[in-house]
Amino acid sequence: MLRIPCPCCGERDEIEFRYRGDATKARPSIDAGADAFVAYVFERDNPLGWHAEWWLHVAGCRRLLKVIRHTMSHDIRAVLAPTDEATLPPSESRR
Amino acid sequence: MRSGPSRIDRGLLTDAGRPVGFCFDGEPLRALAGDTLASALLANGRRLVGRSFKYHRPRGIVTAGAGEPCALVDVISTAGREPNVLATTLALHEGLVAESQNRWPSLAFDALAFNDFVSRFLPAGFYYKTFMSPGWAWERLYEPLIRRAAGLGRLEAIVGEHAAPAETVHDHADVLVVGAGVAGLAAAERLGAAGLRVLLADQDVALGGGTLLDARWSEWREATLAALASLPSVRRLPATTVLGAYGHGVFGALETLAPPESTQFGGLLERQRVIRARRVIFATGAAERLIAFPGNDVPGVMLAGAALAYLRRYGVAVGQRPVFFVNNDEAYEALFALAAAGVRGAAVVDPRSQSLAMDRARALGIDVYPGSVIADVAGRRAVRAVTVTDLSGRRHARIEADCVLMSGGHTPLTALATQIGASLQWQEAIAAFTPDLAPALGRVVGAARGQFGCSAACRDGDAAARAVAAQLGRSTESANTRELPADAPATPLAAMWEVRAAGKAFVDLQNDVTASDIRLACREGYENLEHMKRYTTHGMATDQGRTGGLTGAAVLAEARGVPIATVGSLKPRPFAQPIPFGALAGGEVREHFKPKRRLPLHDWHESAGATFVAAGLWLRPLVFSRASGWSPVLEEARAARTAVGITDVSTLGKIDVQGPDAARFLDFIYANTFSTLAVGRARYGIMLREDGMMFDDGTTARLAPEHFLVTTTTVNAAVALEHMEFYLQSVCPGLDVVLTDVGDQWAQFAVAGPRSREVVTHLVSGVDLSNAGFPFMAADAATIAGVSGRLFRISFSGELAYEIAVPALHAGAVWTALLESGRAFGIRPYGLDALNTLRIEKGHVTGAELNGNTTADDLGFGRMLKKQGDFIGRTLAQRPGLVAPDRLQLVGVRAVDPAKRLRNGTQLVAPDDRTRSLGYITSSTPSVELPGWVGLALVAGGRARIGQRLLGLSPVHGESTDIAIVSPHHLDPDNSRVRA
Repeated sequence: MLRIPCPCCGERDEIEFRYRGDATKARPSIDAGADAFVAYVFERDNPLGWHAEWWLHVAGCRRLLKVIRHTMSHDIRAVLAPTDEATLPPSESRR
Repeated sequence: MRSGPSRIDRGLLTDAGRPVGFCFDGEPLRALAGDTLASALLANGRRLVGRSFKYHRPRGIVTAGAGEPCALVDVISTAGREPNVLATTLALHEGLVAESQNRWPSLAFDALAFNDFVSRFLPAGFYYKTFMSPGWAWERLYEPLIRRAAGLGRLEAIVGEHAAPAETVHDHADVLVVGAGVAGLAAAERLGAAGLRVLLADQDVALGGGTLLDARWSEWREATLAALASLPSVRRLPATTVLGAYGHGVFGALETLAPPESTQFGGLLERQRVIRARRVIFATGAAERLIAFPGNDVPGVMLAGAALAYLRRYGVAVGQRPVFFVNNDEAYEALFALAAAGVRGAAVVDPRSQSLAMDRARALGIDVYPGSVIADVAGRRAVRAVTVTDLSGRRHARIEADCVLMSGGHTPLTALATQIGASLQWQEAIAAFTPDLAPALGRVVGAARGQFGCSAACRDGDAAARAVAAQLGRSTESANTRELPADAPATPLAAMWEVRAAGKAFVDLQNDVTASDIRLACREGYENLEHMKRYTTHGMATDQGRTGGLTGAAVLAEARGVPIATVGSLKPRPFAQPIPFGALAGGEVREHFKPKRRLPLHDWHESAGATFVAAGLWLRPLVFSRASGWSPVLEEARAARTAVGITDVSTLGKIDVQGPDAARFLDFIYANTFSTLAVGRARYGIMLREDGMMFDDGTTARLAPEHFLVTTTTVNAAVALEHMEFYLQSVCPGLDVVLTDVGDQWAQFAVAGPRSREVVTHLVSGVDLSNAGFPFMAADAATIAGVSGRLFRISFSGELAYEIAVPALHAGAVWTALLESGRAFGIRPYGLDALNTLRIEKGHVTGAELNGNTTADDLGFGRMLKKQGDFIGRTLAQRPGLVAPDRLQLVGVRAVDPAKRLRNGTQLVAPDDRTRSLGYITSSTPSVELPGWVGLALVAGGRARIGQRLLGLSPVHGESTDIAIVSPHHLDPDNSRVRA
């Protein structure tokens, strides 16, 4: 189980949050075309390593958090505001 | 009176002054308070306690603890029959009733023991090979047969409410110490003395681990336990098994309550603990492992360490003439202890050529066979004798014995450490893997990392605790001055996994896996350890291969001709021990699992005789009658069509949207436009998902230029708010908007019917309710029956209607006033069923049509999508597949013969092609205005089929009905009533 350090509420259990998906995807502008939206909605990498995810603290402050989590170790490296830029180290190669 | 003939000494845990009576397989027996069922049976000389899983071979007690593979019993109590209880950890109490498992008709004679004699036809993978063909035979023949033969215990239905309560508690600590052996005790004391909050959990009822088996350590243990008791920040949790390590410092544990505490907590048997700790110290110890030799499962063959435990803890001798088969000096402690208590070993068989312990045994006058192994065990239901050979298989002796005490060395218990990422390293010196845990998470100490010997483990635990305390910013004082007894010098073990000789040599005693099964699996290509495990079921039983898991890996390594380090170790996942479902659920059962949400007017509805229905968590009135059938529903609906009705719609989601950018935000969230909505007006809106599908619908009112009230459907109330919050914060963070859930704050009622204006006019002040003054889709603040609230002229029923919203506290007063005001017009409350009848007649959609697979266009809302500007779902709603003309589209359906009913789920087909479904009925009801039934359906290219006839097929009901496809608006298609 993840313990997510919420900037407003402190370290809280994962069950207080709602997972809202991949935070590395930015919504395309409206004239970007269908392919861009298909990529935004449907295409997902499955990285081994650091990843940015949206978590909404529904049972707390109801803030949306950009959580930088390692997909293998589950370590959380940073919890950012939605507008913060997430710089992710490159994915590791699969064994 | 002696409490069992094999009780030869005072046990550390048993109370000689408190005899206890119990019953095993119908036989009344006596033992002592403090016994486990296993020690009580052994005290009474009972060796045979069960039959094995596959071959139904007689089985006895193998261990003295939680890793027991064989001694599983059913426990019978007033709560029912609980199967697969470990006799080795089950605390004995007066009146305990237990039965052996997997035998029929009796333990001594078991009909399915036949399997053992045909075992050459039951090899590994037998099911996969044998039950393959013919295909028809699986369901009819094979599966029933296998199900009858499979399984260990019997689970009996527990009638009525589950008798045993359960609870979950949450613990927080700086450091969790798992295991209260010498390493864990030393660590806990050091951490506690540094002021850290420590949880010390051990699965044993007594804290002390290995010190409980060595009298020289009694003084140290008592002093340390006293010191721990005086440290306020240390909590000791005996009888608490840590079942899983879940990362981020979260652990799951199961505490078993002793009978007095159980009584104190209302019969609570187990307590689930969820532990959160900043660091962990695994002092989980090591498990003694078996040796695979022919006959190593005969009752009376057990682990040497178990014999020592039964003697020290319970004063029980497991036999009178034990023969030892061991490869390490530690295991000789059992021999020395039994000899000191007067039980002389018959002989020691040791594959090593010489050792220090061997010399000590010789000095006691015990026969020692160095360089030897046991190659056979005589006896079926009890050990009678063993055959000893040298390492090349040449026989040199037959020794009469009543039990065989074996030890193949000790395997560190690393399951929990590996669950949070510890890697395993092969250690040749102990012939086992030890874990390497990241220091940021914690430490593994003592025997769990191969530091055998109490003194070594004690120093290891203390050193690790100092390091952890330093990590957590605490300084530790100088070394503990408590004196440590010296560890006996020991000769290293020689790895001994298997004796290759005729007969079954088991590596997994619970799942009946033999060494040759593993070689067979390897020959058939299951060379990977995890593949071999699944093919043979080795290590898949409730004991998770604690006694023989590594032995199986070693046999596989030998068969593949590679080192064990290459084969690796089985990956153990949570739970480390079986846990009852009831304990997992804890207190989250019934309404605590799924709470009931009651409407502000619940009590009124109940006193009015409502039948309730669960809608999500809500309890909503279905119909104001206890009678079943359509007639009360239709009477309610008819009142709304012909006069006036009132219904409680408080369950609708209500989201207050305020701020300078509120209108812009709603334009983005909704597919239609809200920025053009005038203050004092409401508008029906549809939301799409980003993939272009319909998400939700509802009416949104503009109460002020920067203030909107959004309503959502009942089921989507929570997710619609999350949806809006997500987009506001992620995609539109620049917009100045505040979202507030006001769903619980406002009660809302719909007053519907041609007389509704008259009913409402009476009670409302401050608003001109004439059709011109307050037209269809008007929305305004109003005082209703003296209460400040809101009035909306919106309609879900298709009739002239108003919705009245008041603060929930005033719901009763306003509702009652409306009923009073409506009495002259024949007002009737109506429930969810009548609401549904009204909306189906009118052609409004709910969850049956808003099912996640429909687009706005499918439901007839295509023209609502705005042509300008961005909104969620805009681009992908235009994908070719989502605008194809043959998509399932919303239509109305009616039975051509009004005497025939409609059914939800009825498939619609063309009369000349019954094999291809063109769609299905989503909603249906008897009509109060039209003859017969009306319904809604999703039909391929449906709008173009209006006017056609299809055939409705419901094979499960054996029905075939002629169906007319019509407009979904069964009545008042030009919407004149709502504007009246």
